[in-house]
Amino acid sequence: MKKTSTPVLPARGVAGNEPLLAVDNLHVEFATRQGAVKAVNGVSYALNPGETLAVLGESGSGKSVTAQAIMGILDMPPARIPRGEIRFKGTDLLRLPEDARSQIRGQRIAMIFQDALSALNPVFTVGSQIGEMFQVHRGTSRRDAHKKAIELMDRVRIPGARQRVNDYPHQFSGGMRQRIMIAMAIALDPEVLIADEPTTALDVTVQAQIMELLAELRRESDMGLILITHDLGVVADVADKIAVMYGGRIVENALVHDIYRAPAHPYAKGLLDSIPRVDQKGQELYAIKGMPPNLLDMPSGCSFHPRCPYRQDICVTEAPPLYEIGPTRNSACHYWREVLDGSHG
Amino acid sequence: MSDTLAPDVRRGAKHGKRGRRASAPKPDRVASLWTDAWYDLRRRPLFIGSAALIIVLIVMAAFPWLFTSVDPFDAATCQLGEARQGMSGVHWFGTDNLGCDVYARTVYGARNSIVVGVTTTVITALVGGLLGLVAGFKGGALDTVFSRVTEIFFAIPSILGALLILAVFRTGNVWTVMLALAVLTWPMTFRIMRASVLTVKNQDYVTAARALGASAPRLMFRHILPNAIASVIVVSMINLGSFIAAEAGLSFLGVGLRSPDISWGLMIADARERFLEAPGPLLFPAIFLSLTVLAFIMLGDAVRDALDPKLR
Repeated sequence: MKKTSTPVLPARGVAGNEPLLAVDNLHVEFATRQGAVKAVNGVSYALNPGETLAVLGESGSGKSVTAQAIMGILDMPPARIPRGEIRFKGTDLLRLPEDARSQIRGQRIAMIFQDALSALNPVFTVGSQIGEMFQVHRGTSRRDAHKKAIELMDRVRIPGARQRVNDYPHQFSGGMRQRIMIAMAIALDPEVLIADEPTTALDVTVQAQIMELLAELRRESDMGLILITHDLGVVADVADKIAVMYGGRIVENALVHDIYRAPAHPYAKGLLDSIPRVDQKGQELYAIKGMPPNLLDMPSGCSFHPRCPYRQDICVTEAPPLYEIGPTRNSACHYWREVLDGSHG
Repeated sequence: MSDTLAPDVRRGAKHGKRGRRASAPKPDRVASLWTDAWYDLRRRPLFIGSAALIIVLIVMAAFPWLFTSVDPFDAATCQLGEARQGMSGVHWFGTDNLGCDVYARTVYGARNSIVVGVTTTVITALVGGLLGLVAGFKGGALDTVFSRVTEIFFAIPSILGALLILAVFRTGNVWTVMLALAVLTWPMTFRIMRASVLTVKNQDYVTAARALGASAPRLMFRHILPNAIASVIVVSMINLGSFIAAEAGLSFLGVGLRSPDISWGLMIADARERFLEAPGPLLFPAIFLSLTVLAFIMLGDAVRDALDPKLR
């Protein structure tokens, strides 16, 4: 295949008016025996330098698949990206050849994973795994990489980094392991950091520490941060804006304050209502009814309609577009006004 | 911070139990899988014992004259009149059916047996391991082709297969025996390696390494291989013993080594018929063979444990 011009990698630093990272109408499907599973159906979001975007949704909503598509670590096949663009400073990553993409992976866009124990190689010391980033991508010597590993462990606030650099992953607690994972991810000063449920496997106090660490690192380096989570409570203090995903689509885009004050999509509202609150002690906790949609057999119309308390006839037949309901806000609900009003009242 | 306490307590307990704190490595050194494994190995009695035994056997194979002044290839050292004698000051292990010194023959037999065992093991581990690694990692058509090929090999009865291969060469010597054994056994190493690679490949740390920019060779050799190699090491060491035994079997059938070559297998085969009258000529090479196999299996166990940080 010969293309007239191969897109070139954008330089580091400020790049015109383009957002740092823009996902545009992305579709991802997986080939299975039962047919194509449409995991992502036209997702769009944008991230600017120094900004934190929280991508919210339950299991199977397509939030992690979108992230893996950005990283280029989907197994293709069975995965396929029939449509869409992922622009990194204006360059469509999906059109880049593999060797150019691997230049971006880890160096310009990095990712951390949910379970840091299984995401760290059990047979290597944490120091050698952090140092590997420098050895592989920068050609740093082993000894210098070792020093840099200690510096990074200090930077992610691991106490006694010097003594612990030669320890193995299983000798660390969950929170410390996640810090090591973060140290590896920020080693080469990436411009975008994607955190896929970084705190799900941790207990609540440690969750707060890790979120605080991520927020600090983002402030220090002006990188864009994408936080993928299913826990609204975790992102409230850290995120600037939120994209709520359901059934492979974005159903609400909003600034974090707006959505907490009054969600404009029934699913976002359901998520907010199902956070346990101290002042509702003794009452039954709200739960969204029903099950996440079957991606092989999506409901007609609005995919949330079988679970939606605001459902009308139109929802079964007609899929709602992403209505623009404010300068920084969208909702994919025919009855967003009612939802907004209901939230206020 | 609350999450820093737990691991230190755990480490303290571990060091305390094994009493290793005093001899712990210097904190400023750069640790790696291999240096840590070596550091650990040097402290394992299992490793020290098996390594010492293997060194003695290798010296015996390389310089057998250091161990005995009798040259078993010199027909004059065999006295038919002294056949099947018991142990004595002159003949430590007694004499065999032809009146040759069993001790000298056992010492000189080490070379062929160990060369066949070790070389065949190395060849099968390298060929089978490497192909298994690549096939498991790449998958697809390559994997299918190799897997079907190994299935063909599994369908061949090994003794018949070896007979066939050796018949093609017409001569039985160390090289043809090794080749026949290696050709028939690499599929086993391949299957074991492929299976472990398939398990390891789907671990999160491989995905994480990919997401942080590791190239395919790096994923294969640094992230997957060290985690998948344990079972191949263990099986290879067990195979080593069976290669020495298989060489004996082929020699017994008359297609392997032939007199005047000396090997433990040949000696066992020759002594078999008169075993009840004179057990020595069979027992001593058999004991050496067992010790060799034991030493390599212990070495394999020690190396496998040292490569797993959780067992250190």
